[in-house]
Amino acid sequence: MAATELLSGNEAIARGAYEAGITFASAYPGTPSTEILENIVRYKDVIYAQWGANEKTAVEEALGASFTGARALVTMKHVGLNVAADPLFSASYIGTTGALIIVSADDPGMHSSQNEQDNRNYAKAAKIPVLEPVDSQEAKDFVIEAVRISEAFDTPVMLRMTTRTSHSRSAVRLGERATPPEIEYKSDFFKRNLLPANALKRHVEVEKRMDRLAEFADTFAANQIIPGRERVGVVASGISYQYGREVFPDAWFLKVAMPHPFPVKKLAELAGHVDTIYVLEENDPILETEVRLHQPGKRVVGKDLFPKIGEMTPDRILAALGRKDLTPRFDTDSIPKRPPTLCAGCSHRSVFYNLNRLKVMSRGDIGCYTLGALRPLSAMDVCVDMGASITSQLGIEKALEKAGKSIKQVAVIGDSTFFHSGITGLLDVIFNRGKSTVVILDNSITAMTGHQQNPGSGHTLLGEVAGRVDIFKLVRDGLGIANTYEIDGYDLNGIRDLLQREIAREEPSVIVVRRPCVMLFRKAQWSPMTVDPQTCVYCRSCLKIGCPAITSRDGKAFIVPELCNGCTVCSQVCPTKPVKAIRFADEKGLHIAETTLADYLSGGKS
Amino acid sequence: MNTKTILICGVGGQGVLTASDLLSDVLLEAGRNVKKSEVHGMSQRGGDVLCTVRFGQEVFSPISALGEASYLLAFEKLEALRHINSLRPDGIVLANDFVWEPVPVAAGFEQYPEGIEETLKKYAREVVMIPATRLALELGNERATNVILIGLLASRTDIAKEIWMRVVERKVPPKSVDLNLKAFEKGYSFAR
Repeated sequence: MAATELLSGNEAIARGAYEAGITFASAYPGTPSTEILENIVRYKDVIYAQWGANEKTAVEEALGASFTGARALVTMKHVGLNVAADPLFSASYIGTTGALIIVSADDPGMHSSQNEQDNRNYAKAAKIPVLEPVDSQEAKDFVIEAVRISEAFDTPVMLRMTTRTSHSRSAVRLGERATPPEIEYKSDFFKRNLLPANALKRHVEVEKRMDRLAEFADTFAANQIIPGRERVGVVASGISYQYGREVFPDAWFLKVAMPHPFPVKKLAELAGHVDTIYVLEENDPILETEVRLHQPGKRVVGKDLFPKIGEMTPDRILAALGRKDLTPRFDTDSIPKRPPTLCAGCSHRSVFYNLNRLKVMSRGDIGCYTLGALRPLSAMDVCVDMGASITSQLGIEKALEKAGKSIKQVAVIGDSTFFHSGITGLLDVIFNRGKSTVVILDNSITAMTGHQQNPGSGHTLLGEVAGRVDIFKLVRDGLGIANTYEIDGYDLNGIRDLLQREIAREEPSVIVVRRPCVMLFRKAQWSPMTVDPQTCVYCRSCLKIGCPAITSRDGKAFIVPELCNGCTVCSQVCPTKPVKAIRFADEKGLHIAETTLADYLSGGKS
Repeated sequence: MNTKTILICGVGGQGVLTASDLLSDVLLEAGRNVKKSEVHGMSQRGGDVLCTVRFGQEVFSPISALGEASYLLAFEKLEALRHINSLRPDGIVLANDFVWEPVPVAAGFEQYPEGIEETLKKYAREVVMIPATRLALELGNERATNVILIGLLASRTDIAKEIWMRVVERKVPPKSVDLNLKAFEKGYSFAR
């Protein structure tokens, strides 16, 4: 009997990549997709895997791998596909040599995203098929199916995951690895060089391919009819199918494994058994549009009743049907929320604390540091998308300038986001005579998604030593911004002075704030801080830095030793004189925390 | 439908995910079908974390419905309260008697609620408070908190203790097996 393991959807995709004979995998990390590539590393003997600088580079690299006949898989979160939309549309015209699988992990309910776009729309727009698994078993199986479809129909295939299918665990039967095809690069000018004359001919092939795929949809076994006992039908895909099975135990089901192109004949078969069709899907009415188009005579219930916004849940389906009252017994709105916060010892805190004190709002970006927008730091009023801190700020600056006005301007962006799409914004600042102050928070890792390597880390995904881009040198020497400075993330007053001086400057300037992410080094290097209750006057200054390790106990500030990472920022804001009430619990800690930036840069501690 | 639900909640960094992995493996080994859903991402940064473990003959949804969970295993008191509506009226709360103030509370913007245990009792058949964090510190490592709580949960189920211990042994790092088995026993024998 084949081994069975409880795998998350993301782990199952990694396993599927192994079993499908994939030999190339790339990605840019993004919740809920990140763990796919991290798990593919388990198969690094047979699969080459790498992080791209962004989703666009990752897709293009996977496409290049496919040119050689290699089976390639590229993963990203839903908004990442916006960045990679350009190569997506071109890849559709070019088609594949080896399979090209694009995994899009959508985030209905916006657990950690700025929107809840439905990337099945991209599959339709780019004219490629999309598969949507309902559990981890299908997540694994559909990678294998996607490889078959990709090579048989000369098309990239999208695998659409959602937060629930990516981050839920269910049993998966493991299989053997398929033998990967021979790898060889052969030129194919008419297929791969999208000069307009070639591209026009490729578009003809794309349309023919989609016609063939539409026929295939009705023979594809994973598009499945599950017989029921009532004349009620449910058409569903993804996790909504599971919810439907609980809510409608006696209904007929059409489980749509491939929402595009849609299985029209299977829908007709379902329609023959039922009077009403409920359509269950998260986000946009993709299936519903097909059902209404192809079964105009049937009573169809979809987004007119079920939620368009947020996650589908069994409760929300039941409530929409009037079968369950969701009024809570206990009013949870009455208790304090627990928003995520910058970690204890996070070096981003110094920047936002200073901005708050200086009453300067920042244009922010996507990363841990977006938390600088929340109380008590409250120093970020804009967060748009990856890289938009620098560019939106330049727009504000120029519009105000034209109107004869100005405000104190700061853009804040992290190292990984800067590499991803911040550099281009900074180019705009330089060649458009911008005067912005850009703060680059460099913790040498992509921290928010769980510590992935990036071009500034000095290591690859597979742990090999790699070239390391020094942001300070890149900006000062490469882009030629003379006012570029580097400062330690724990140097609270130094950061304040630099910010004040550079914000006032009528030229562009860049402040690179450096400290490796504390979560990578905690406990290993620092002793916790402690409050001396005799000295503490309970002025609450330390409570205003928003550190999760600091709280109150018996009318004094108290630092939870298990949570504190000894960054000293609380001690730096502590005003008691002549002796600070906050000190290292262990004298050795002082020595270690005074480790300078130079030590860090030369010490190979990353 | 005979699907049962156990919820595990707490604060990012407390070991909620590890505990839910452990529970899932135990259920799988005990011959149940299991599905589990997790919250990732922002919750790693000190936010609230919820894991749903559902098991039975055939499990469809990995997430639970309001008022459906048989057990609520809470790593922090306020988090128990946050998820109390998910519990069946005849359900059981097993909560770590431990306060971790959210930052808005510590910073003075909001108040940590008083009398949480009494409130929980209004909505559950039984509420067991266990000082798991303190017990873990007594054992020499706060990180054993989650296995103490798992031990407490184990004592309330009909799954053989040996299965739980076998899975704990397999899942934790080799050098902390002894510590974690002791932690499991502390939880298992609590209030018996």
